[in-house]
Amino acid sequence: MKKFDKERVLLAVAGPVMALVAAILLTSVVLLVSGRNPIEPYVIMAEQIGFSDVQVLIVNQASLYYIAALAVALGFRMNLFNIGVDGQYRLAAMVTAVVGAHVALPAALQVPLLLLVAVCTGAFWAGIAGLLKVTRGVSEVVATIMLNSIATALILYLTQKDTWGVQSGNNMTTGEMHPSGWIPGISLGADTGELYGLIFLAVLLGVLYWLVLNRTRFGFDLRASGASPEAAAASGVDAKRMTLTAMLISGGVAGLSGLPLLLGDAHTYGLSFPAGLGFTAIGIALLGRNHPGGIAFAALLWAFLDKASQELDFYDYEKEIATIMQGLIVFAVVISYEVVRVWGLRRQQKRVGEELAAAAASAAGKSVKGDKTEKEVAAR
Amino acid sequence: MCAIDASSSPPQTERATAVELAGITKRFPGVVANHDIRLRVHEGTVHALVGENGAGKSTLMKILYGMQKPDEGTITVGGEQVSFSSPADAIARGIGMVHQHFMLADNLTVLENVVLGSEKLHGIGGAARRRIVEISERYGLGVRPDALVEDLGVADRQRVEILKVLYRGARILILDEPTAVLVPQEVDALFDNLRELTSEGLSVIFISHKLGEVLSVADDITVIRRGTTVGTADPKSTTPRKLAEMMVGSELPTPETAESTVTDRPVLTVDSLRLEAEGGRAVLDDISFTIHAGEVLGIAGVEGNGQTELIEALIGLAHADSGTITLDGEEITSWATRRRRESGIGYIPEDRHRHGLLLDAPLWENRILGHVTEKPNANGFRLDPKGAQADTRRIVEQYDVRTPGIDVTAGSLSGGNQQKLIVGREMSHAPRFLIAAHPTRGVDVGAQAAIWDVIREARREGLAVLLISADLDELIGLSDTLRVIYNGRLVADADPASVTPEELGSAMTGAASGHLEHTEPAESAAPAAPAAPAAPKDEAR
Repeated sequence: MKKFDKERVLLAVAGPVMALVAAILLTSVVLLVSGRNPIEPYVIMAEQIGFSDVQVLIVNQASLYYIAALAVALGFRMNLFNIGVDGQYRLAAMVTAVVGAHVALPAALQVPLLLLVAVCTGAFWAGIAGLLKVTRGVSEVVATIMLNSIATALILYLTQKDTWGVQSGNNMTTGEMHPSGWIPGISLGADTGELYGLIFLAVLLGVLYWLVLNRTRFGFDLRASGASPEAAAASGVDAKRMTLTAMLISGGVAGLSGLPLLLGDAHTYGLSFPAGLGFTAIGIALLGRNHPGGIAFAALLWAFLDKASQELDFYDYEKEIATIMQGLIVFAVVISYEVVRVWGLRRQQKRVGEELAAAAASAAGKSVKGDKTEKEVAAR
Repeated sequence: MCAIDASSSPPQTERATAVELAGITKRFPGVVANHDIRLRVHEGTVHALVGENGAGKSTLMKILYGMQKPDEGTITVGGEQVSFSSPADAIARGIGMVHQHFMLADNLTVLENVVLGSEKLHGIGGAARRRIVEISERYGLGVRPDALVEDLGVADRQRVEILKVLYRGARILILDEPTAVLVPQEVDALFDNLRELTSEGLSVIFISHKLGEVLSVADDITVIRRGTTVGTADPKSTTPRKLAEMMVGSELPTPETAESTVTDRPVLTVDSLRLEAEGGRAVLDDISFTIHAGEVLGIAGVEGNGQTELIEALIGLAHADSGTITLDGEEITSWATRRRRESGIGYIPEDRHRHGLLLDAPLWENRILGHVTEKPNANGFRLDPKGAQADTRRIVEQYDVRTPGIDVTAGSLSGGNQQKLIVGREMSHAPRFLIAAHPTRGVDVGAQAAIWDVIREARREGLAVLLISADLDELIGLSDTLRVIYNGRLVADADPASVTPEELGSAMTGAASGHLEHTEPAESAAPAAPAAPAAPKDEAR
């Protein structure tokens, strides 16, 4: 059995490694073609890891990516493509910011309230797409893309001056949140910066994700639905309910992904609040193979590329090199996973055939003739 | 005349040899998949290659088609010794393969599918079309170049595959289990096509384990067992039974059940069941039957006459538009699938890959599938992987699932072993009622016997079984009561003790209905008086 475990690790790692190597090589080609040094940018970026303030930036950014990617991955596990994470988290962050600015409870109540508001808003927004899918058969891809645009418009409307908007300098915000809803960071020294307090939420969500998927009946049904909708239906999974539930959970998790920043640092939702997180998360979930550990690695890598590339500007390289790399990684990941999957399947089939044939051969040596159930199994 | 010539020397013939494989040996690390295989295919003949699943047929054909290289032995095509390093080499030598699973793009036309990858031969326009029509007419394939593949039925797709191979200039066609997906009439049509091909001097290598078909179409038969050729047989003088014994190397089991175990306790009662397709057309109409504890009710019918819908209505994937289903006195018509399965309905689905397994998941997760709420798979809401794994080991042991372990994916097992796993899983939850749809389809003889044994054993212990099968011998042999489904209705019933496959066959096409009279009459709604034991044709068990 040990052999198969090693095999699985090998297969799991082969895909991402191949993708990363391919992406780096292709980026170097791009650099060469544009007449640049094909190696120096990597060196500059790698050096950044050594600085503790950059480390903090990376980890903070990764926590946002991580939660959003978990939301995407949850959908992926049952073949639901929730492209709407972007709209869900922005809307959830905005609504949470508004609630946080207008409600003032003691911190012990305020923080849970804000988390709940974020989850419900995200779930509500994703639930619209889920409901459309199960009642009208609307593809969740189309529905969530449109809901992203609607969310943008809705946020603009809700942050107008005559609704909940508050002008603060050039920025239109939702007003400062009540301090009881702030979540203190973990200070690592004055010039290093603070880690978001909600990083622990990200870790907790990762653990929960694994537990729910792998250790509960619900998780099994969800994975079965993703692997084979027909087999899941025959095994008793109610496909519609499962679709709606998965969409609601995915949206709820998505709703949380803006909170480490909102509650830990920004304390208001404004024009400068990051957008596009939900799209980045799709690539991260892909690279992380929908596995909580893999996603953590992918989120950190992405955050590293984001943050370390800023330094490139000072050395006369374009920081967009990192963007090129991110794009190439996504590309390479999709291809390399399929290659590895097919290869792994062949390998396993061959191996199973061999082991069985070896067993049959030794059994045949021992067995007496006339054993009715004895039959040969040769490698296929 | 000796029916089975175990010395494997080919019958006397004046025909030229199209392909000859001599002394082919293929080793995988630590094991020999093919050993000293000899095969001689004559021009203008259908040469059947028979053997159990896993006997080495696939490896041999992969070698002949250039997908694998033999370690020893020679391949001779048209008198010239060759060495293939890829299928392209084989195609260049006029060897073509029609795979069991079609490789066609649904959204392209026949013409586009045929020229795809061979654009250099006759272009993609008029010349290609002319060539396709020419081939189609020459061999009676009846292929329309402009039809969309997605609009074609299975048999038509298969003809497109054959045409694809011919278009690439094949003189030797390898057909891998071509009849597995066809209904009897389509099989006859295919065989007519094959005869057209051979009359034009082409050679066909026909891989199958349906022995009746092999005997009706083949000119020569080579039997392969444990990776080596055990002999050749002359289809004119051998019988399916003798062939099967060569394949398995021992005496064969028969599906006949020994004695009736039918009780008078009804387990499943279906009353006036009606199911409509979209638009209100009835796909099932006025279906009524009762299955008692210890009874196997067999449903015969040409595929597509409502069997799939009946299964779906019983397992809860489709809900009856009218009528009732009662399990042990409890009406379950409106129950969801999960509740039905929890209450003791076992399900061996007709398409195990689509409905019975998660192919990419390990065996122990497949053991959970369908029974996720039940012990030993779950404790309350928590999954119990340890319990499931331990029980999977038991199933593997008890049902003789040939696998190196329970962590390999279900997709890497052979069909027979997958099916044994499914049967083991369903029987592990002590079902009261079992839906067995084509339980031994695509399964080798050894596994078939094991699965029949399991069903017989469970029936003795009071299980009610609905058996749906395309294999009439299996139906007649295992069933206590037989009904015939035609056009969504149960049109005839028969006593398996006396009915012949021919009589059943005529009812399946709608030519006969009512009670298929042979011996004493029996009321169709009431179960037949405990069916007399089927007179075993020969006492094999």
